[in-house]
Amino acid sequence: MTRSLFIDRTGWIFLAIVLAVAVLVPASNLFLPAGSPFRVPDYLVPLLGKYLCFALLALSIDLIWGYCGILSLGHGAFFALGGYAMGMYLMRQIGTRGVYADPILPDFMVFLNYKELPWFWHGFDMFWFAAIMVVVVPGLLAFVFGWFAFRSRVTGVYLSIITQAMTFALMLAFFRNDMGFGGNNGLTDFKDILGYNIQSGETRAVLFLLSGLALAGGYILCRFIVSSKLGKVLVAIRDAESRTRFIGYRVENYKLAVFVISAMIAGVAGALYVPQIGIINPSEFAPAASIEMVIWVAVGGRGTLVGAALGALVVNAGKTWFTGVLPDAWLFALGLLFVLVTLFLPKGILGVITDGWQRTQRRFRSDGSVPAPVPNAAE
Amino acid sequence: MILALLRRVAPIVLIAFVAIAGPVRAEPVDDALALFATDKFDDTQKGVEELAKSGHPGTADILTALAGGKLFFNPADRMIFYRDASGTLRDARYGAPSTVDAATLKTVRLNNRLRRVVEASLGSADLISPDPGKRIGAAEAIFKSRDQAALPSLDTALANEKDTRVKQAMEVARAAIIVTFPGASDADKIAAVDKIASRADQEAAALLRSLPADTPEAVKTHAEGAVTTIEHKLALWAALQNVAYGISLGSVLLLAAVGLAITFGQMGVINMAHGEMVMIGAYTTFVVQQVIAAYAPGLSEGSLLIAIPLAFLVAGAIGVAIERCVIRFLYGRPLETLLATWGISLILQQTIRSIFGPTNQPVSAPSWMSGAFDVGGISLTYSRVAIVVFSLMVFFALLLVLRRTSLGLQVRAVTQNRRMAAAMGIRTDWIDAMTFGLGSGVAGIAGVALSQIDNVSPNLGQGYIIDSFMVVVFGGVGNLWGTLVGAMTLGIANKFLEPYAGAVLGKILLLVAIILFIQKRPRGLFALKGRAVEA
Repeated sequence: MTRSLFIDRTGWIFLAIVLAVAVLVPASNLFLPAGSPFRVPDYLVPLLGKYLCFALLALSIDLIWGYCGILSLGHGAFFALGGYAMGMYLMRQIGTRGVYADPILPDFMVFLNYKELPWFWHGFDMFWFAAIMVVVVPGLLAFVFGWFAFRSRVTGVYLSIITQAMTFALMLAFFRNDMGFGGNNGLTDFKDILGYNIQSGETRAVLFLLSGLALAGGYILCRFIVSSKLGKVLVAIRDAESRTRFIGYRVENYKLAVFVISAMIAGVAGALYVPQIGIINPSEFAPAASIEMVIWVAVGGRGTLVGAALGALVVNAGKTWFTGVLPDAWLFALGLLFVLVTLFLPKGILGVITDGWQRTQRRFRSDGSVPAPVPNAAE
Repeated sequence: MILALLRRVAPIVLIAFVAIAGPVRAEPVDDALALFATDKFDDTQKGVEELAKSGHPGTADILTALAGGKLFFNPADRMIFYRDASGTLRDARYGAPSTVDAATLKTVRLNNRLRRVVEASLGSADLISPDPGKRIGAAEAIFKSRDQAALPSLDTALANEKDTRVKQAMEVARAAIIVTFPGASDADKIAAVDKIASRADQEAAALLRSLPADTPEAVKTHAEGAVTTIEHKLALWAALQNVAYGISLGSVLLLAAVGLAITFGQMGVINMAHGEMVMIGAYTTFVVQQVIAAYAPGLSEGSLLIAIPLAFLVAGAIGVAIERCVIRFLYGRPLETLLATWGISLILQQTIRSIFGPTNQPVSAPSWMSGAFDVGGISLTYSRVAIVVFSLMVFFALLLVLRRTSLGLQVRAVTQNRRMAAAMGIRTDWIDAMTFGLGSGVAGIAGVALSQIDNVSPNLGQGYIIDSFMVVVFGGVGNLWGTLVGAMTLGIANKFLEPYAGAVLGKILLLVAIILFIQKRPRGLFALKGRAVEA
């Protein structure tokens, strides 16, 4: 196995699995006959695709929380903004096939007596423009918010609380009908994307593949950042912010840069999420949703990137299972997860796995040398 | 002294005497009624006018009958009768049922001109009703219609009026007529403008703004001045009303946040389950009311008073349990505390949902808290006032506990320097548990109050958690006074933004303002001064 400078063994395993899943799942859905036991059923493709998007979102949170100590309780806002940008493109693609068959205005605007398209909806009929907005809008919000917050040295729980207030304010705003984003119904009833029917198996397979590639790409990007010199400074900020500042680093610039990158990754995750789920509404902005995202990272293992993706998968699979089998027990389980992981699993699932792996390795080594430990997320 | 009193009382006594003596003499009403019996339109009109002036208690009935063609006279003895709404024939003079043969009676005839006169008089007939409320209503009606025909009867009523409130209303109504009355002098009109301006409400301003074009210039300018004064007064009352609503909202925020000011402000623990403590307090109220309704219905008026200590104990006990089982392992790790307490809040919500169901539970209000009253141009409900008073009581009680009790002393000692406090023999972990229990218990008390104004559902707490944090962070961590000022500022600011921006946008603006404010002063309005460098 070739060994890159910045991707460790866990990383290669992770990338291999992600790429394999990204190719095999859609391939088995498309090419295997309907009766085959290895065929991934139709309903599972968008569901797994959703998990991949969540994993990418978890990566973006781990990048700032695990490596820079910024606990954002408002990352759902960036995710949702990316989703809305994509949703707006999909709305414009509906065209005359809507209920009111207005060539320009989406259905909800006709319903709400809009006479013309609001200014911020212009350009979203073009895919390239929407694709740019998917990263620009969350990035811009993160830049403005972070510029104010980091410059005035709002840190720790204060930052967490104001990020929560930010997503709460956005939720209230998007719930309003006169914001021009469809109010509490959000954007839905999409027809096609780049001319392909959004409901068809082929489109879904491609979207799934893209989500997998995005997750792999996101991982490589994050890994590149954290193993570069920038990443070293970020870890220094996480562990001793004042000391790093006294050494001479402009702490706020480093934090701002990584915060904006993280928001952009979250925006991409949102944009891939919306066409697979078929709806985006203001509940994605809910503070509770953003806190839940943080627990994915904590469950998987903070400061490991791979663990974040793993946590997103495990928690969401658990959520799907619980809400199907024992709907009342899901909140108990989620609540307990929050408590138990913070109390007993500070390194998360991945921490347990690597610890166990190292222990077995140590036992079998004859020379008694210890492999270099995986960097831990210190407080 | 006595002489002065006598001089003041004498006219009243005299009037009272005349009023008692009244019915004995031949009254104007007799002359008026006689005019109806002549069967001539002119006389009938005179009769209507005389009757309206007479102050006869049956005036309204008689005029209604006349308008409906149910007023009769007996050509033989010139007595007047009317048929009331139920069809009974009554004697017009005394209102008693009459046994006269209806066939012998002739109807008092009307023409169009007369009909108008009758209608105008009917409007003012209430002016002499024995019910003061009706009299005020009639005066208001005249104020609105500004019917000049009502002037004579208004003058009569005014002369006989003794109730000052009714008199005031009538004088304003009269002024409303005088302002547009062609015959009145400029001086009279200016006086009338002043009189109208004394009402100082929207209607008076509207009336003065819409004076007819032929109004003399002097009167017009005077009216414009009066309108400006009224508008200023109205704006002032509107502002005061906003302040009152804002204080009411602020006290709700204060109640929700004051417990957090202890756990977050004193201990530095981010308790995301704080809202659930409020919710548990509200559910305790619900359970107390159910138990009282089932076993001791006589106590229902005092159910809230019983619920307060119980809510404190229940929420406080849960708080102590949370501190002992979870939070104490996480001191010094605020972000982990945040996540763990969020998990606890989910568990508590789901527990309550499993026990009581997801729907809203009915919590009744004691009768003394229902109703409203007016202060000047502001109307306040008793429940809101009770919550303002209650929140201040809780606040000051808490302040007293922290400042004047040995528990408070120890809490402050542990907050300021944990190791030194431990060295002085304070059981710091016990103090931690007590402090957290105190903060949670106060949240439970808040729940009792909020159960009166909010829906008691498992989601009750979630609505308050962000607002509470905003209040504490805005006011300044570790400072109870900051929490008070923060809550009131946010409450009042919210209510002032609402009329311009709407409720939701106002809240958004406020959140954005707080986010910006925290950038400017990361330690809040009243920051603790010290050298502590964080992390």
